[in-house]
Amino acid sequence: MLAAILVMSGIALVLGGILGWAAIRFRVEEDPLVEKIDAILPQTQCGQCGYPGCKPYAEAIAKGEADINRCPPGGEDGVKRLAELLGVEPKPLDEGLTHKPKSVAVIDENLCIGCTLCIQACPVDAIVGAAKQMHTVIPELCTGCELCVAPCPVDCIHMEVIKEDVSSWKWRYPIISLKRAA
Amino acid sequence: MPGSPHISLQRNSVRAVMLKVLAALVPGVIVHAWVFGPGIWVSLLVCTAFAYLFEALALAMRNLPLKPFLTDGSVLVTAWLLALSMPTLLPWWIYAVGMLIAVLVAKHLYGGLGQNLFNPAMVGYAALIVSFPMYMNLWPAPVSVASHTPNLMEAFDLVFAGQGAVSPDAYTAATPMDAVRAHVRAGGRAEEIARESFKLIGKETLVLTYLLGGVLLLATRVITWHIPVAFLAGVTVTAGVLYGLDPARYADPLFHLVTGSTMLGAFFILTDPVSASGTPRGKLIYAGLAGFITVLIRTYGNYPDGVAFSVLLMNMAVPFIDAHTQPRVFGEARGRRGGS
Amino acid sequence: MSAARGRKLYTFPGGVHPEEHKAESAGRPIAAMPLLPLYVVPLRQHIGEPARPVVQVGQQVLRGQMIGAPQGYVSVGVHAPTSGRVVAVEPRPVPHPSGLKDLCVVIEADGEDRAIDMTPLDWHRMDPSALRNRLREMGLAGLGGAVFPSFIKLNPGARRQIPILILNGAECEPWITCDDRLMRERASEILIGAAIMRHMLGAEQVLVGIEDNKPEAIACMTAAAVGSDVEVVPVPTVYPAGGGKQLTYTLTGRVTPSRGLSTDVGVQMFNVGTAYSLYRAVTFGEPLLSRIVTVTGHVASPGNFEVRLGTPVADLLAAAGGERPQATGRVVGGPMMGFELHDTAAPVTKAVNCILVKNAQLFPEPPPPMPCIRCGECARACPVELQPFELYWYAHHRDFGKTQAYHLFDCIECGCCSYVCPSHIPLVDFYRFAKSEIWAREREKQAADQARARHEFRTFRLEREKQEKAEKLAKKAAERLESGAVAAEDPEAARKKAILAAAIEKAKKAKEAVQPKNVDNLPAEVQREIAAIEARRRGGADEPEAAATARTTPNP
Repeated sequence: MLAAILVMSGIALVLGGILGWAAIRFRVEEDPLVEKIDAILPQTQCGQCGYPGCKPYAEAIAKGEADINRCPPGGEDGVKRLAELLGVEPKPLDEGLTHKPKSVAVIDENLCIGCTLCIQACPVDAIVGAAKQMHTVIPELCTGCELCVAPCPVDCIHMEVIKEDVSSWKWRYPIISLKRAA
Repeated sequence: MPGSPHISLQRNSVRAVMLKVLAALVPGVIVHAWVFGPGIWVSLLVCTAFAYLFEALALAMRNLPLKPFLTDGSVLVTAWLLALSMPTLLPWWIYAVGMLIAVLVAKHLYGGLGQNLFNPAMVGYAALIVSFPMYMNLWPAPVSVASHTPNLMEAFDLVFAGQGAVSPDAYTAATPMDAVRAHVRAGGRAEEIARESFKLIGKETLVLTYLLGGVLLLATRVITWHIPVAFLAGVTVTAGVLYGLDPARYADPLFHLVTGSTMLGAFFILTDPVSASGTPRGKLIYAGLAGFITVLIRTYGNYPDGVAFSVLLMNMAVPFIDAHTQPRVFGEARGRRGGS
Repeated sequence: MSAARGRKLYTFPGGVHPEEHKAESAGRPIAAMPLLPLYVVPLRQHIGEPARPVVQVGQQVLRGQMIGAPQGYVSVGVHAPTSGRVVAVEPRPVPHPSGLKDLCVVIEADGEDRAIDMTPLDWHRMDPSALRNRLREMGLAGLGGAVFPSFIKLNPGARRQIPILILNGAECEPWITCDDRLMRERASEILIGAAIMRHMLGAEQVLVGIEDNKPEAIACMTAAAVGSDVEVVPVPTVYPAGGGKQLTYTLTGRVTPSRGLSTDVGVQMFNVGTAYSLYRAVTFGEPLLSRIVTVTGHVASPGNFEVRLGTPVADLLAAAGGERPQATGRVVGGPMMGFELHDTAAPVTKAVNCILVKNAQLFPEPPPPMPCIRCGECARACPVELQPFELYWYAHHRDFGKTQAYHLFDCIECGCCSYVCPSHIPLVDFYRFAKSEIWAREREKQAADQARARHEFRTFRLEREKQEKAEKLAKKAAERLESGAVAAEDPEAARKKAILAAAIEKAKKAKEAVQPKNVDNLPAEVQREIAAIEARRRGGADEPEAAATARTTPNP
């Protein structure tokens, strides 16, 4: 009886030791959760989620304070990827939030009075210009967050949907249907 | 709008592949009828009828078009393979249950054509042999040794009207495999029975016709050499090792090659592309291990044959085997391999 | 010695043998096209950055004048095909699988076809870098279909040894015969081009690979190579023998590494048409203005044409006698790798080697696709030894990570797998879908990374500015304290007061500074409008801030 107990505990100790050693030896260095969530977010920095940027939203999700369906630029796809990462069920975007096609801000340069308000609003410094000088948006840097639209005193900023061109065109998913409709 | 290529090899089709398999089976079927009597025609007929019935039912339930799938021939291959791996002259409902499980469970519950993890015919066979072992052991004796072989009319009677005028004892016999096992358990030498069985069956002819069908499949590029060769090698090596250890207790490799479904399995069952490994090295592993397991089950198990179970066991391992045997692509450096 | 016998050839894996259909268009000599009234010259005719338009609407141009200048490294020039007037610089239909429009320069011909002064290049003595630069400006790009800028491929690199130069005359695609005709009719010119290439690369050996279904071309090239050490090698006819990696292997046994270039194994390859255009560029100083195009299939009189770049496909079809009745579509390129042309107004570009008109007999609708049965036909046909059915499985399920693990990007989209598939699955479409989806995600990720970095820097900058400001104010306050203007009974309160005062003063100044002063000399109407805006702004001065506060407050 005693021998059996000793043997069993011995085995348990040895196996436990091996497992513990393996856990340390083969530990995979992983990004903290916030970084992983932030990597999925589109970095529009638009604040539509109710947080002042993508990182704060990522932090809130990591802490469990915010839901995963509050990022309209990320769309369904983004929600799905967040759900996958966090091991929860994907859900539709929260009420009042809609996914819009990617667009860029365009300043009507005839109307711009050079007030710099949009420059201050832009979260990614994608607007150039100085006080009393006409401003312009660098389209490659613009995330389409729309934060510059409201502050403009002369309403000279509007959003333009990015049109598909030859270089950004994507091959569509092939339609092969075996259903009766085919 | 679809992209290139704008032409395709029109003569290639799923139906063409299946028809080639069926054509390669025809010599085997004819010789089967010659060796074991006309009962095979009845079981083929019954299996075919139920196969189409269940296939149509499944397609209707899944809201899929009937025509392309009923005419693709895949369900016919399943039906024929099951009929050829089973005893003939059993009551019709046994074939019906077999086809039900093969078509509805093994094929359509897994997603239909091309999606099944397991070989449907072998799932049907395995289900039958564990459910109805009594019936599945009633193997008709070869014409050459049977005291009476039912003719076609009697065969119909047996299948549809149950055990009628003819007693099963008159036309069934222990399979060579069972005979060897029984003989060894009774303290005899395996060789005696194994040699004996060669004399009485004339089954080599059947084996040779399956081999011929297999060569046909190889020639028409429906299958590659990997699976048959690896399977037959697996059987031979395993049986050879056992025989070498103790010839008194184990049958020789040749016996294993010519009995049971070895040849049918090597060329027609294991090679089902949907459930088999898809890489050259994977095929060797898959079929070689299947050969090994077949001999183990035959030697130590209580089932009349081991092919079905070995196929199913190896089917299960296919995704894993494939993931780890991806061939090196053109220009890829040696030793570097993706796909896991 | 151009004798090809005895050279050991290597057999690449896979491949298919589609019906060749070369006879339809190979019989007649290359025909010239009449001068057309209108040319539409796309600025994106090569791989890489599109050319930048350097002409204005209304401007007169001459044949050979640069109308699009290369921008970025991987880019070449674009030139006017004839003399005339620029009538538009705008998006027009182009030969592209998307059917989308792209920026083109539209030239109305004046019928005089006057050319710029063209000066031959002294390639023997010219500085290699200057020579390459000239070729870049002259618009030379690979005419085999990939249209990669030639000047880049003609750079032997700092350390790279390129002992073997291969001219690709395999032309393995069915129906296409433009290289065949070019080799038959202009073999010695091609070889002059090859000699220039050899000089630029410092290659020791020149091989010309031609599929053995073109005996006339082989004979002409062999005859032209007599007396040189250029070796004309017939290669077995099997599609895709003309693929870069495939022909390299067939001729040399050298295996181009996966994701690598043939130069990694000391081989550089050019299409015979590119060699010919190099000959013209160097000998006559003529930019790339035309190319040979096969027009075949369901047309009245199939053949090959020397076509100015920018020629609308409709005019080219007319030159071939027009489409016959019941044509079902047009393919740009061959049947294996070409794409559907959406609009015959689209012009011929450097990449267009063939216009193939389809009909229902020659190009029947494929049977409806069946599920994949993993039969492995595709794997046996794949010249890159991929497992196409596995790739299909993962692309079909949008598992893009797995498609890459199964070497999606080694796929050359040759179409062999789709061609043999018994289930008639458009396999290559799935690979193209997966590739472009992966590229798009890559682009998105880069944009997101950039946005994140810029946002983080901005946050940092704002923080720093705030700190600097605070320090400045603190300093000012300290000065005031020192000057004794405030009694020192409550130094802390006094300090705060001072900071506040300084801040208010600064804010006032800042507000004044914001007043726009660039509003002089405006019409009264606009002045009024601005006044109204100013009023609105002053009225709601706190608003933007309030809005910002609202945004920064977490909204659970």
